[in-house]
Amino acid sequence: MLVGGFAQLAGLGEHAHAAGLPHQQMQHEMATEVKIDNFSFSPATLEVKAGTKVTWTNADDIPHTVVSNDKIFKSKALDTDEKFSFTFEKPGTYPYFCSLHPKMTAKVVVQ
Amino acid sequence: MKKMEDEIKFDHNGDGIDRRGFLKCMAWAGTGTLCVMKGGVMKSFSLSRLGEIDPTAAAGELSFVQISDSHMGFNKPANPDVIGTLKAAIDKINALPGNPEFLLHTGDITHLSKPEEFDNVQEILKGAKVKEAFYVPGEHDVAIDEGKEYLERHGKGSKGAGWHSFDKNGVHFVGLVNVVNLKAGGLGTLGAEQLEWLEDDLRAKKSSTPIVVFAHIPLWSVYPEWGWGTEDSARALSYLKRFGSVTVLNGHIHQTMQKIEGNITFHTAASTAFPQPAPGKADSPGPMKVPAEQLRSVLGVTSVNFVRGQKALAVVDSNLK
Repeated sequence: MLVGGFAQLAGLGEHAHAAGLPHQQMQHEMATEVKIDNFSFSPATLEVKAGTKVTWTNADDIPHTVVSNDKIFKSKALDTDEKFSFTFEKPGTYPYFCSLHPKMTAKVVVQ
Repeated sequence: MKKMEDEIKFDHNGDGIDRRGFLKCMAWAGTGTLCVMKGGVMKSFSLSRLGEIDPTAAAGELSFVQISDSHMGFNKPANPDVIGTLKAAIDKINALPGNPEFLLHTGDITHLSKPEEFDNVQEILKGAKVKEAFYVPGEHDVAIDEGKEYLERHGKGSKGAGWHSFDKNGVHFVGLVNVVNLKAGGLGTLGAEQLEWLEDDLRAKKSSTPIVVFAHIPLWSVYPEWGWGTEDSARALSYLKRFGSVTVLNGHIHQTMQKIEGNITFHTAASTAFPQPAPGKADSPGPMKVPAEQLRSVLGVTSVNFVRGQKALAVVDSNLK
């Protein structure tokens, strides 16, 4: 009985913590960036809300591209430190890859 | 002191060349040797004594060179001077006994498909003592506008994304393009149109005609995890199977590697720009940094000699030291 009580309290505590965060900080914590490095996209799955602008930055020492499997977006060849952005208006799952190194795959999930 | 790592990629004739003769030549390869088969006899020439070599003695019936992955425009720590190392490669070619007749570039000529990058390479290659140069693109050459710049400069007489064939001294050369229309998660790809063209192109050739196929990404499965292979190469290889001598020359992996399968010898060239790790020896296949004084020993050129009557071409790699 006591254990149950503790568990409930702990649950309440977590909710309270989340609700306590200011709105702006919550927005800032939602990732909208993808880092390209070591022949990979991170995060491999990026979840964003509809209307979000996502920015890819190439931190690798070799160029990469960001190309949607369904031809919805396509970057030029990004050299080191170059960026590409795309705003996802519609919900859905958007798999993409690097057309120079097609083994590099990832996706953006838009809610 | 590190020895030069010239290697002989040898043919698998089995006629007249005894294993001991081959191994003896291999031992000399460490000092920079060109081994040429002529009339069934293996001759070797030390590259350090070039001045003493009679060019006709060193030549087979046809000799040419392959360079690859010059990545003009690359300027990161792995090699801040790709212009200098490309020039060193040309110097190496010009020092080979009996000037090779032509040069094959197996792609990634440029780093970012930029016009000035193509310009720079063309300018530097003018210094090579060869009569002509033939190209196939790498994925870095077709990164803008689906390869428009590449085709304008090097696509004359070619079809589709730049595939073409030509004949020299009875040897049939086929340049294939396996770097366009790459699919997510995939490897290199030739595509149905090119494969149909290839089948047609080879149809009239006698099986005794030596064939040399050159393409950027390896046509055999070197390391699929890193995209080092071509999805539909099996079909291409099936058209090549009936020929008595097939040499496949590739680039892309920035290191020399070879494989022999029946009558087909597969060979990849080193880059003239930067090395890459051996399969699986790093997290990813990116530029590999080596101590500056070792850089030129892991870059290189490949020279190929054909002697009529021999089944396979003699392929020799030289580094840029």
